[in-house]
Amino acid sequence: MRKQDESTRRQFLGIAGSAAVIGAIPIVTLRPADATPAMLASAIRNVVGEAEVRTGKVKLDVPPLVENGNTVPMTVSVSNPMTPDDYVRSIHVFNEKNPQPNIGNFYLGPHAGRAQVSTRIRLADSQKIVAIARLSDGSFWSVSVDVVVTLAACTEEVI
Amino acid sequence: MASALINVPARAKRGAIIEIKTLMSHIMETGYRHTADGEVVPRNIITSFSCRYNGTEIFRADLFPAIAANPFVTFFTVATESGKFEFEWIGDRGFTETASASITVE
Repeated sequence: MRKQDESTRRQFLGIAGSAAVIGAIPIVTLRPADATPAMLASAIRNVVGEAEVRTGKVKLDVPPLVENGNTVPMTVSVSNPMTPDDYVRSIHVFNEKNPQPNIGNFYLGPHAGRAQVSTRIRLADSQKIVAIARLSDGSFWSVSVDVVVTLAACTEEVI
Repeated sequence: MASALINVPARAKRGAIIEIKTLMSHIMETGYRHTADGEVVPRNIITSFSCRYNGTEIFRADLFPAIAANPFVTFFTVATESGKFEFEWIGDRGFTETASASITVE
């Protein structure tokens, strides 16, 4: 009886040890090089919380075919009036495959007059870009655009 | 070293919607690039940009490594009164820069 106990303990430790080794290897080696769709989804969740995100109102202007991913002009506009009771509170832009899912957060106010922001962004790969607008009533509106990039931004480049 | 380019209309009609264009020269090093020795080039980006119009904040942005070098940001506001726009950029390694522009509202 006692002998059997020892052997199961030994087996248990052996299995636990090998499981720990197997478990540890992927953590070390599989550091994600790209933001995955899951990271994109969780980055969006961090902004919107449990609120429903509806499609519409937001317009995202990015060239559909980009030659140089290091600098891509981008304009986000929201077709919503900018009055003291009904305005766009913020605009959040996300990507799918850069190392980080966030691109930028832009905070506006009712005195902006027009809910439109432009900047230049980096794209590491052909991917989907998502823009989400938060209105003063707490609703979220989104749009997503697919972009093809021929020369990726230099995340892998050696300098 | 760092320098800003600001484009604000010098004069505007009261109530007009004006566009403000800003550009700050900055490398925006992502922190994802490597040297030939395999060492990661440390991140050095601008993380925050804000604009105040006569002391009131009218625009703020959080920037990430996905913003291209020399961040160029444009936005709109309503010209309500003559005064001053103050811009501020804050980034890694204690980077802070400010710039200002004045406007005459008729």
